[in-house]
Amino acid sequence: MTKQFALGIFEDEDVLLHAVENVRAAGVKIHDVFSPYPVHGIDDALGIERSRLPIAAFFFGMTGLAFSLWLQIYMLGFDWPMIIGGKPHISLPAFVPVSFELTVFFTCHGMAITFFIISGLYPRFKVPVMDVRATDDKFVMAIELDETSSQLPRLTQLLRENGASEVNQKEMTQN
Amino acid sequence: MATLTHQESATAEHLVVTDGARKTFLAIIITGVVIMVLGILASVLGWGAAEHTEAAGHTAAAANGAAHEGGPIWLKRLIISLWHSNLFFLGVSTVGTVFMAINYVAYAGWSVMVKRIAEALSAWVIPGGVIMLIVFLVGRHDIFHWTHEGIMEKGNANYDAIIAGKSGFLNLPFYVIRMVSYLVIWGAFSWKLRQLSLKEDLLGGTYWFHKSITASALFLVLYAVTSSMSAWDWVMSVDPHWFSTLFGWYVFASWWVSGIAAIALTAIFLKQAGYLRALTSSHLHDLGKLMFGFSIFWTYVWFSQFMLIWYANLPEEAVYFNQRLGGFDGRYTGMFYFNIAINFVFPFLGLMTRDAKRQMIVMKIVAIAILIGHWSDFYLMLMPGTLKGENGFLIEIGVAAIFLGAFLILFTRRLASASLVPVNHPFLDESIHHTT
Repeated sequence: MTKQFALGIFEDEDVLLHAVENVRAAGVKIHDVFSPYPVHGIDDALGIERSRLPIAAFFFGMTGLAFSLWLQIYMLGFDWPMIIGGKPHISLPAFVPVSFELTVFFTCHGMAITFFIISGLYPRFKVPVMDVRATDDKFVMAIELDETSSQLPRLTQLLRENGASEVNQKEMTQN
Repeated sequence: MATLTHQESATAEHLVVTDGARKTFLAIIITGVVIMVLGILASVLGWGAAEHTEAAGHTAAAANGAAHEGGPIWLKRLIISLWHSNLFFLGVSTVGTVFMAINYVAYAGWSVMVKRIAEALSAWVIPGGVIMLIVFLVGRHDIFHWTHEGIMEKGNANYDAIIAGKSGFLNLPFYVIRMVSYLVIWGAFSWKLRQLSLKEDLLGGTYWFHKSITASALFLVLYAVTSSMSAWDWVMSVDPHWFSTLFGWYVFASWWVSGIAAIALTAIFLKQAGYLRALTSSHLHDLGKLMFGFSIFWTYVWFSQFMLIWYANLPEEAVYFNQRLGGFDGRYTGMFYFNIAINFVFPFLGLMTRDAKRQMIVMKIVAIAILIGHWSDFYLMLMPGTLKGENGFLIEIGVAAIFLGAFLILFTRRLASASLVPVNHPFLDESIHHTT
């Protein structure tokens, strides 16, 4: 399915931030904003909800902790018991470092993978990019158009009034 | 969208310490005195200790006679608790300067809003240092076993070969020289950074800022060495046979997280009293992250020390945890677990979510818990080595309350003596617009 987008190109992050506020105030729904680096306050300006990633992180951490405890208790307590330093086979203080490391390991890998999946950043042959200059020095605001692109003239004017240096139309294939 | 609206630039705010607040501080001191006197009475009259001595019988009495070198037990407890509480408050006070110095060196902008609180914390460094010197000179025999007469002389009845082997480091002149130099370094840099900050308020310009960075960098290097060494001297040497190579870090972690908790707590109290108008939940969030992170850091250091000693199980090292876990009829065991619960489990679970760190009430409860918890941590470091099985709580809590009241009087006086917002700090605007 293809969709039409109006792309407002901005040169400056402050101009962009104010434009985001004004465009939203004018009742236009912004699809997304692309910037070369994280812009402070852009999440609030775009009205993006807080990520639920920390909740996922908590459960990844719990999984890691459970796995590491199972691993150590099963291996050192039942499968192949060994006497180390005269301690009991299952001695929790000795398990703390490994439990800690595996909790962190599961949490960070789980979070990074979850983030890539929900952001659509997995590897593929044709990468959809709105405007390649957003990876260099331009800020790109994308607004979704309907099939006939009838709002384009009005949007062009609105974006220009708010400091866009150019306004382009782009067709994107969405999967 | 708070980030985008232009706030008016922050102007000077002057704290007025109300009569009510002064009365509260005095009330804390008076309560402390009352509790302390009660504790001394309890100790002298032997309340609650009667059955203990009877059960212990002759052997304990004989051992006590040998261990005490004159002086009743209440006096010993009083001196040790003066040392203990002063150590805690002096550490928290110095951390104010350390916090400021780190933020200067890191070119941090967010912390400008709480900088004056950190500055004012160091009001206790000089009085605390003086008290520390006096307590050491008067009561060192009650605190430090290694200062006993003849303990380093061969042939003397008190001779102890292990302690004699440490005489190059643990001797009176060198100890006092070290102690004075730590205190002078901490006091001088606290004073210097405060003066530069006040001049900046008055005269403006970035000159003072750059000078502060130079002073901070120098201070941090010196503090890294002195904080570790002071921990060996002031805390670890109460157990002169025992040693732990990361003890300095352990004590520093305790001081540092308490200092941050004190800064956060003061910021919340000031905000709730209507001061620090530009302080937002974002600043609290950052202070909360530091409290959360350094509680974990403290636990990390604590556990690193514990696990190696537990695993190796060498008698000369394990004795430290034997005393605290089950030693002296298990009188420290409960506190040992309480220490981990309040200093690790509670802040870890309490401050885990973002919302908790941005809420004043949660931050307040956790900050108070951290302060109480690390005071108890110092209790646990000092008491088993000095008082053995004769520790108590009334005198210690009374002395802590006296220190708290006196600390608050000096702290608020210094807070009130300059604007709560450093109006000419170059990063002030960044701090006002800080978002996390």
